[in-house]
Amino acid sequence: MENVKRVFIVVERCVGCKSCEIACHIEHSKSKDLYKAIFEIPRPKRFNTVLKVDQYNASLRCAHCEDPPCANVCPTGALQKDEETGFVTYNPAKCIGCWQCAMVCPFGAIYPDYETLTAAKCDGCIERVKSGRLPACVEACPTNALVFADVKEMEQFKRERSLRELTAGQKVSIFELGVV
Amino acid sequence: MVTDLLKEKKEAIEKSSQEYGMLDEGTVRLLKKEEKEARTTVYHRLARQEPQCGFGELGVCCRMCYMGPCRIDVFNSGGPQLGVCGATADTIVARNLLRETVGGASSHVEHAMEIAEILRDVAEGKLEAYKIRDTEKLLSVARNLGINTENREISEIALEIAEASLEDLYKLDRKPSRWIEKYSPSSSFKKWSALGIVPTNIWQPIVNAMHRTSMGNDADPVNILLADLRMGIVDGYGLTMATELSDVLFGTPNIIHSYANLATIKEDYVNIAVHGHNPALSEKVLEWAEKLQERARAIGAKGINIIGVCCTGNEVLMRHGIPLAANEMQAELAIVTGALDAMVADFQCIWPILAQVASCYHTKLITTVPYVKIPGAIHIEFSPEKADEVARRIIEIGLEAYQQRNPARVFIPNHPEEVYAGFSVEALLGILKKVDPEDPLKPLIENIANGNIYGIAAIVGCPNPKTRKYLFSERLIKELLKNNVLVIVTGCIAHIAAQAGFMNPRKIDEIGVGEGLKSVLKALGGAAGLPSLPPTIHMGSCVDNSRIGVLLKAVSEKLHVDVSSLPVVASAPELITEKAVSIGTWALALGVTVHVCPPLRVLGGPQVADILTRQLRNITGGELYIECDPEKAAKELIRKIREKRIGLGLRA
Ligand code: SF4
Ligand code: SF4
Ligand code: SF4
Ligand code: SF4
Repeated sequence: MENVKRVFIVVERCVGCKSCEIACHIEHSKSKDLYKAIFEIPRPKRFNTVLKVDQYNASLRCAHCEDPPCANVCPTGALQKDEETGFVTYNPAKCIGCWQCAMVCPFGAIYPDYETLTAAKCDGCIERVKSGRLPACVEACPTNALVFADVKEMEQFKRERSLRELTAGQKVSIFELGVV
Repeated sequence: MVTDLLKEKKEAIEKSSQEYGMLDEGTVRLLKKEEKEARTTVYHRLARQEPQCGFGELGVCCRMCYMGPCRIDVFNSGGPQLGVCGATADTIVARNLLRETVGGASSHVEHAMEIAEILRDVAEGKLEAYKIRDTEKLLSVARNLGINTENREISEIALEIAEASLEDLYKLDRKPSRWIEKYSPSSSFKKWSALGIVPTNIWQPIVNAMHRTSMGNDADPVNILLADLRMGIVDGYGLTMATELSDVLFGTPNIIHSYANLATIKEDYVNIAVHGHNPALSEKVLEWAEKLQERARAIGAKGINIIGVCCTGNEVLMRHGIPLAANEMQAELAIVTGALDAMVADFQCIWPILAQVASCYHTKLITTVPYVKIPGAIHIEFSPEKADEVARRIIEIGLEAYQQRNPARVFIPNHPEEVYAGFSVEALLGILKKVDPEDPLKPLIENIANGNIYGIAAIVGCPNPKTRKYLFSERLIKELLKNNVLVIVTGCIAHIAAQAGFMNPRKIDEIGVGEGLKSVLKALGGAAGLPSLPPTIHMGSCVDNSRIGVLLKAVSEKLHVDVSSLPVVASAPELITEKAVSIGTWALALGVTVHVCPPLRVLGGPQVADILTRQLRNITGGELYIECDPEKAAKELIRKIREKRIGLGLRA
């Protein structure tokens, strides 16, 4: 699907503050209010994780794969690709807790819910996105490490960025060239 | 064209920063003007911060050492439950709360100290710029402190008061601080003694609080909360001393008429705003404005118009009827009118953005306190010795700036709102004495007993942009008034109430005050020569919350009941500063129910939250109550008043 937007991370911008984790919790609470969410039972879940490996911080979540192994392997159809947004969504009512999705997901994006014995994962904040808002984690990230973009945009951005880096310090002023 | 991955995010911020909610039209028009001309507004800056850090909001971020910063996973979703040192959420929350309270208490203590030093120097004849304006108050303070007044010179008594006041700060003996002992309600003081939290001086609890909260010390949340209550009591010392000694030096307020909101900035005058908290500066600015009126006329203005911002605004309103132009959040909007020529600030609640906004206009921002400087402002150092010189210079800067004003950029919204203020305890007793000269508290107590006054609510604190959007204070106050709760206001809430017309006696019907309360306000107003007392009673600046403390002491001791049994509640519905936290802590120590919004940063610590919101009731009698819906908050506060009425055997 073209133009599907995803949450990308610009790794060097992540300071590891975990604001994205809290935002995901709040988005998946009943009240959508931090002060109330912390008292809710069951506790609101989150579907992203901030990790530090070597010297990199990063916030990881479902990549909403174009050809999602999790949905392909799911025997009950609990994981589905949403036609409108291209997000891979899950339906706990159908899930039997076989954890096949967890096995095949290359990113560790499946979060087992031991209370209901079903799999859960990033839903791309589908409600928010459908109503024209950004995913909660993207909105919350104070350093703009998380961006919500389609892959073409993202790659164009990276091309421009790397070109800028390559040419930085290389620009020769017309004054130096003696043209003026 | 560079790909902008953040475009949507920027648009969302832009949109949210232009949502002004229920704010009044004048404020909104100035915010829009500010956005256009200064490229910033408080709502822009807030939107760029949102959502704010959840760990910080819940109090579970610890930065006390360099193994950290540590934060606790409040959702218990596999994240850390302990800091590197092993501190729990409750330890972290309690330590952070105590440090906030230190920030607030220190502000009030230093404020009080600076006033006491002026009193000392005046008493010693070393200071020409000030004098003792209210000897009656001086004698009453002396009597309260147990200082002999018989056959003594005023200056001698004043010196002993000043020295006793300052001694409390630094003394080393183990006797209770004199101000705290003498000015606290006896029942509260007894409870504090039993808990072992009566401060013996002021420096030690502050040093101790910073020490015990640093890494590797007190980890017991209960023990830390006791220190927090003690810090609240230290705050009470600061408040009480600042008010009482300011009354001695500058006069005790009495009923006074004035106007409120930004429309009190006058187009054809030289407008100078006094902003901050310390009357030592603003009193002098007023004096010099009077002396230099002629110079304003010489440059084509009709005169010099001093307007009050924030708590300095309250101080000069209460004592001189200077208009209450802008609350803390509106300070920058005063500049945006384009008609403000100078703004002079002392300490506390002076937002650094003022310098940036002022740089977009002809307005001169002047800082005066050696420890409060703002890049971009003119700094003229104030000291009591140089008070006249500095105040004169400030007015002159205003006069010079007036000549640079660009009339095309002037926009002053609204009509000024009428205000009656000046209700010190003395002023209130003065009115009550007209009803009962023998026993002035009696009419008040009787009306509480018969339910005409269902209870008393002190609504205090700040104008938080987060809660301003939905007019938290106005809605809360309206509900309380409707239910016959007598509302006392101080601080920037007083600005809010004044702008909403709650200090205009003529609006008593329109505002929908309950019948019982209305009859009392009208009767007392009649005794004071007014159509009515205003719906909300303005008792002063934020340090003047001490006036409420003095009133509580008088009533509780007269009736021989604990403060916590009285049908009195307090609320800081739009909390901003650490000072509001320390004032609230003092109220909790006294035994008062204290409502706050936004939530105090304790909710991440379940034990701390439980102690403050529940268990404290059995300790000091006080109780913290967190609610961010104004109507719900009003309902619950009324329910709490009802509980107290039932406890006292009054009709509920
Ligand atoms: S909010 Fe942004 S900076 Fe913070 S941890 Fe998540 S991705 Fe990193
Ligand atoms: S997109 Fe939404 S559901 Fe997915 S990780 Fe971010 S906040 Fe959580
Ligand atoms: S859960 Fe894993 S496999 Fe499934 S769509 Fe997300 S990233 Fe792909
Ligand atoms: S004091 Fe303890 S909790 Fe705080 S930063 Fe240090 S290690 Fe972390």
